[in-house]
Amino acid sequence: MTKRNTLTRRAFLTRTGALGCSMAASPLVTPIALAAAPGEHRLVVIILRGAMDGLDVVRPVGAPEYAALRPGLFAAGGRDETLPLTDFFGLHPALAGLHPLWRAGELGFAHAVSTPYRDKRSHFDGQDILETGAADIGAARDGWLNRALGLMPGSSLRTAFAVGREEMLVLAGQNEVSQWAPDMAFALTAQSQLLLARMYRDAPLFRASLDEAITLAGSLDSGAAPNDYGEALDAMMQSVKSAGRGGGLEKVAAFAAEQLLGETRIASFSINGWDTHAGQTRALPRALRDLETAILTLKSGLGGVWGNTLVLAMTEFGRTARENGTGGTDHGTGGAMVMAGGALKGGQVHGDWPGLDELDLYQARDLQPTADVRSYAGAALAGLFGLRRSDLEARVFPGLDLGAMPGILA
Amino acid sequence: MRFDAELAELRFGTGLGPRVNPAPDIETLLERLRGPDQAAGRYPIASFAEQIPDIIRFGELRKAGRRGDATAKEQADRIKRGTRIRQGQWFAATLARWIDSPDGMRERLTRFWADHFTVAGKQTMTRPLVSTYVEDAIRPHVTGRFADLLRAAETHQLMLDYLDQFKSVGEGSRVARNDPTKGLNENLAREILELHTLGVDGPYDQSDVRQFANLLAGFTHDRRGTVNYQLRRANPGPEVIMGKSYGGQKPRVEDVYQAFEDLATHPATARHLARKLAVHFVADDPDPALVDHVAERFMATGGDLLAVYAALLEHPAAWAPERRKVKQPFDFIATSLKALGLSGPQITRLKLQDLRQGFATPMALMGEAWQRPTGPDGRAEAAAFWITPQGLAARIEWALTIPLALFERVPGDMPDPRQLAQTALGRHADDNVRFVAGAAETRWEGVGLVLSSPAFQRR
Repeated sequence: MTKRNTLTRRAFLTRTGALGCSMAASPLVTPIALAAAPGEHRLVVIILRGAMDGLDVVRPVGAPEYAALRPGLFAAGGRDETLPLTDFFGLHPALAGLHPLWRAGELGFAHAVSTPYRDKRSHFDGQDILETGAADIGAARDGWLNRALGLMPGSSLRTAFAVGREEMLVLAGQNEVSQWAPDMAFALTAQSQLLLARMYRDAPLFRASLDEAITLAGSLDSGAAPNDYGEALDAMMQSVKSAGRGGGLEKVAAFAAEQLLGETRIASFSINGWDTHAGQTRALPRALRDLETAILTLKSGLGGVWGNTLVLAMTEFGRTARENGTGGTDHGTGGAMVMAGGALKGGQVHGDWPGLDELDLYQARDLQPTADVRSYAGAALAGLFGLRRSDLEARVFPGLDLGAMPGILA
Repeated sequence: MRFDAELAELRFGTGLGPRVNPAPDIETLLERLRGPDQAAGRYPIASFAEQIPDIIRFGELRKAGRRGDATAKEQADRIKRGTRIRQGQWFAATLARWIDSPDGMRERLTRFWADHFTVAGKQTMTRPLVSTYVEDAIRPHVTGRFADLLRAAETHQLMLDYLDQFKSVGEGSRVARNDPTKGLNENLAREILELHTLGVDGPYDQSDVRQFANLLAGFTHDRRGTVNYQLRRANPGPEVIMGKSYGGQKPRVEDVYQAFEDLATHPATARHLARKLAVHFVADDPDPALVDHVAERFMATGGDLLAVYAALLEHPAAWAPERRKVKQPFDFIATSLKALGLSGPQITRLKLQDLRQGFATPMALMGEAWQRPTGPDGRAEAAAFWITPQGLAARIEWALTIPLALFERVPGDMPDPRQLAQTALGRHADDNVRFVAGAAETRWEGVGLVLSSPAFQRR
């Protein structure tokens, strides 16, 4: 509550005190009118950049071919510590911290999923397709979450929040969204604010970014106006020091949770480090620990709201079924999605299992995808925010046949 | 839309400043590029080879340290610190070159191509060495043939390491036959086709990637970090890439080089690179006529880069008066220092901590972590990628605070904001920035506002 008051007060001060005439055109008026935020459900979309090896994270230990496809990787990657999920699948031991959620029905997976992207196996095109939600590269320039936002009545600037410094294409587009890196201090004298606003009046990109920065820094109490140069330098050094400290992901997830406790209903950020071409037994646990930290930080930060929350962690594609010659795996096709939250019907590994026999593999190398990962995202949007099937198939994920939407919600 | 000497420095060079001598015409601009690389001589950066003894020594000492030898551990840490300090010195040297170079376009091109061929070090001792890669493989070739640049970049130790090539062995190689745990890694082959040459829309498919990876197999580096081509890791050919057959049963490094030549002069490569240059220097959505013109010159000259730059510079679209590109964070900081009248030696004499707090960390806050790329596709170009709430806030904070902090450490006075607007932008200072420069309450705010202006942020 304090936070919200601060935000409103600062918005008021900066608008009327410094900028005077621009009240009508200001996006800062909107935070005050946020009562009509759409519903009580929360969706967090985490983009796992670099292609997570679904077969190592959610291990088909019941498949006789599995150990043979990955003789080195499975043995050295904690075969005996694999945590039980179903009688067929086991969980990578680096996610031990999430295992209690599985037992509580707040953790689940979809396996053998993919986007429509095939064959060239480029990270960048793969992420493009994953985030635009389109069937082809270049078919859409905005993100599917942004288009979904346009279909949610009462949505506003704060309904969706991209957290961190990374560009989140999944949230980019026509509909206004918020973005902020939580360790950023931003302190301006009243005179500087006034002059910046004047200087940016013919430069809409600069003007809009400045307005947002002032509001967001104010809402975090990190935008107190400096009285002199010394205070301005102190504020700058505060940003510099906190950026140097690391532990970024925990901060990102905690900030996302804080926003989700307020007006925000959709938050998105990314976790990098999944491109495990070599030394996978060391590299993958690092990335998995980040994912675990993010989910557990969201859960603790959200408190009771965790019960209304769904987390989807999606990646651009899976990796080769066989380990490669360098203790890792190369770019593949079918992969896995991680789901968590109190709104999830957890404790299940969703999807049709295609098998790992040579003939079952896609192009004799990758896990054969049996479902479009977008159908899970579509089911989430329908269930959490009441989006209609026709809108999902025509506008959010153009050309997708949602079929029998997977029952992932509790 | 014709040549404008100030615009040339802003758009294709490292900006204006009190000591800049702008090239009066395109021919002079190109002449300077053709001439000796003076900035590299003044602010040297070491080669990778010079770092190898430290890398080897570090490995030995760390091993001993893990066995419990405390002195060895201490020595290893000292070597590690030494390399990090050198990375800071090279960072300062790079800034100093931008500030003092008589041919700023060379600095811009070096940064452009280093980004095109992005690498990052992956181990403790190679992480700080990206500058040595740029110095070895990129900078000497930015005014030569693209084919030579391509070959130098792909066969540098750091590239082989970054894209996992050094561990890859051909599917039919002797090594793979003797040790079934060793095999092919496609990473470098794919990125060469997708990012470095043909482009993702290029005429290749998965089979070409696989074949090219088999052709590349053999390139590796030995324990000492020296790059070589090892026959026992190479694949018995021939390999067929986009319909052309390379090599024979006995692998030869010349066959790999031939593939580099063919890729470097392929029409898809010409288009991909022409567009990339136009996007980087002129506009996020460049005039197709400009791209066509540059691509045609690329094809006509077999990728002679000076001729390609000439084509870019002589096209009217390159001189559109509206400056539509936003400077990337490093460029913003370097051009600011130059506009403020600081000199190269003033920057290279700064302490490591000042370099970090004054430049490197603020750059990361602006969205560019120095030599820590988010992926092999390098930095984004779109203005909207950089001018975000937090990205712009970091630029403004830097502009308001760091210039004065610097002038507290070096001799000289911070310029008057009105003078700065004139020095930094010349005729390109608009009414908004001139008004703000005169209206600020204090000098530090005035300077900060001029550097934060769209007029200064764009090029």
